[in-house]
Amino acid sequence: MSTTNMDLLRFATAGSVDDGKSTLIGRLLLDSKSIFEDQLEAVEATSVGKGYDYTDLALLTDGLRSEREQGITIDVAYRYFATPNRKFIIADTPGHVQYTRNMVTGASTADLGLVLVDARQGLTEQSRRHAVILSLLRVPHLVLAVNKMDLVGYSQEIYEKIHAEFTQFATKLNIPDLEVIPISALNGDNVVNRSENMDWYSGPTLMHHLEHVHVASDRDLIDARFPVQYVVRPKSDEFHDYRGYAGQVAGGVLKPGDEVVVLPSGMTSKISRIDLFDQEISEAFPPMSVTVHLEDDVDVSRGDMIARVKNAPEPRQDVDAMICWMTTTPLKPRQKLAIKHTTRTGRALVKDIQYRLDVNTLHRDQDTKELGVNEIGRVQLRTTVPLLSDAYAKNRATGSFILIDEATGVTVGAGMING
Amino acid sequence: MARMSQTHVDYRLSQLDQLEAESIHIFREVAAEFEKPVLMFSGGKDSIVMMRLAEKAFYPAKIPFPVLQVDTGYDFPEVLATRDNWVNRLGVRLIVASVEEAIKNGIVVDDGKTSRNRLQIGTLLNAIEENGFTAAFGGGRRDEEKARAKERVYSHRDEFGQWDPKNQRPELWNLYNGRLHEGEHMRIFPISNWTELDIWDYIGREGIEIPSIYYSHQRRVFERDGMLLSESEHNPCREGEVVEERTVRFRTVGDLTLTGCVESTASTIEEIIAEVAIARVTERGATRGDDRFSEAAMEDRKKEGYF
Repeated sequence: MSTTNMDLLRFATAGSVDDGKSTLIGRLLLDSKSIFEDQLEAVEATSVGKGYDYTDLALLTDGLRSEREQGITIDVAYRYFATPNRKFIIADTPGHVQYTRNMVTGASTADLGLVLVDARQGLTEQSRRHAVILSLLRVPHLVLAVNKMDLVGYSQEIYEKIHAEFTQFATKLNIPDLEVIPISALNGDNVVNRSENMDWYSGPTLMHHLEHVHVASDRDLIDARFPVQYVVRPKSDEFHDYRGYAGQVAGGVLKPGDEVVVLPSGMTSKISRIDLFDQEISEAFPPMSVTVHLEDDVDVSRGDMIARVKNAPEPRQDVDAMICWMTTTPLKPRQKLAIKHTTRTGRALVKDIQYRLDVNTLHRDQDTKELGVNEIGRVQLRTTVPLLSDAYAKNRATGSFILIDEATGVTVGAGMING
Repeated sequence: MARMSQTHVDYRLSQLDQLEAESIHIFREVAAEFEKPVLMFSGGKDSIVMMRLAEKAFYPAKIPFPVLQVDTGYDFPEVLATRDNWVNRLGVRLIVASVEEAIKNGIVVDDGKTSRNRLQIGTLLNAIEENGFTAAFGGGRRDEEKARAKERVYSHRDEFGQWDPKNQRPELWNLYNGRLHEGEHMRIFPISNWTELDIWDYIGREGIEIPSIYYSHQRRVFERDGMLLSESEHNPCREGEVVEERTVRFRTVGDLTLTGCVESTASTIEEIIAEVAIARVTERGATRGDDRFSEAAMEDRKKEGYF
């Protein structure tokens, strides 16, 4: 097995221990042979030490000592497994109410979100909240895994009821692709192998879906966006005149010969060459890290954006965004923060908090004066530097930003720009 | 090498190319935002992959920061040779922080019970402080160990070099926050999302030099705590331990008194990849005495300021 030509799927899981999330992840890792003997032995030994009469697969994912002691997951953990054609990166996020920020973090890079519900409980406030967050973060694919089907007699009726209820709820969200899969993580039904207990279900198994869900077309290949990260100037004899603009393509396809504009200056030029290490390449597209050369000697530095002349983002200093607040001191109007957007850093002033979104009911509380920890709301900002941005719904890379407390240096908010 | 020059009809990047692009982005971000970065370079396979990625990130310019090696005094000579080849080829400045020197200067205390691996912590922190480094690249991977699975790419260290796992900054999209206060530094893990297999595939694809001891060779070894350790003046045999010659290779390279080898005939990258793909024990579990002391061994060392 070689990973060289494999595809990549990043997915975020949401759900609590009670939904069987750890058991499901444990099973995915076990059945794809990604758990090693010594890891399993360590978990078995701990389970015995705690007096359990079963191997607690949750221990595989609870990494920190305090988590093991308290039996909870406190932070995003990343797991890796692979099948012959695809590598998977799981952002495993805790499901408790106080950890919305971790779920937002895990979802920010995910292609797919996996929400677990207990078939006996049906949809809960928590599962709705997870779906709302995944939708806000524009995770393009969602899987609702209806777990513990073994405990409801593999009942089609129960599955259909949860399916219908969730589909109805999802119409209020932005979920382009939804799959509802009945499983038993404990027994393995429809996880990797097709269940013999649910003849009535004709959809894919969870693993089959993860392996085949089409993610390549989720990226924006139309609107060329290249945030300049670093200017490469060797100043050596051999590369005396070399001046390249290094960065990671955030959208569209860049080609030599393209007429481009550099923002915010508005200077225009043409791409003369694109380098990937010591190779000249004919095209660059997301998420490639390349070095772009321009024909003209224009002034370009970190924080600038290269885009197509007729298709460039509008520089804006008045920013309307959904913000997830991540620290205990609330976000209030008039507050000043540092902001990082693509490779651009500046300061932002909170002009107004328009509403707080109740992620359980989708109710918009317009009377709110502040955003507390783990709350999400619509906020107006004024920035010191223009952001060269797109709507988050159009491009997750150019539509997102983080807010940093200037005194503590801590990341306190995650923002998604409205169109 | 010419793999990218063709037109991508479907605009798909293989997972290895995606990992490479992500890592290069991290290197450039750090070089742009930090005043004094350094790359922690042991000469092991993970740090070699880091060097390759740094080379690519800034090419044709030289890597814009020095590399730091913490020399335990018990390093494999083959590893030091590879380290020197890399440093010379890329023309980067090498800083060696020696554990022996640190002991001599009273920076760390060798009580005869503490391993050289653990003494590296004080030596490393001292080197970071003395040189005023604000960011130190490390080759840690999240698939290695449970505590690492929860660590950020930008991992904040306080003025004592400590990691506070319960108080990590959220890390979203590819927007990294490098803010520091005086005396603090950031550990940067650009290959966080790589697995052991990815590392080998990349070394194979790039055709880059790694220490010869990763390949199968004859070695005089003895068994201790279920590990095969090298015969060495630094590591005298205890009663009942028998030295014999076996065909082995190393899966990780570290302090030779603690790093075990495995019996293997894999003498090419392809054979190593085949072996790794079917391995049933993690590389650390198989060969690293330092991770075996307790279930939370890595977490404890990381909190103190380990790599």
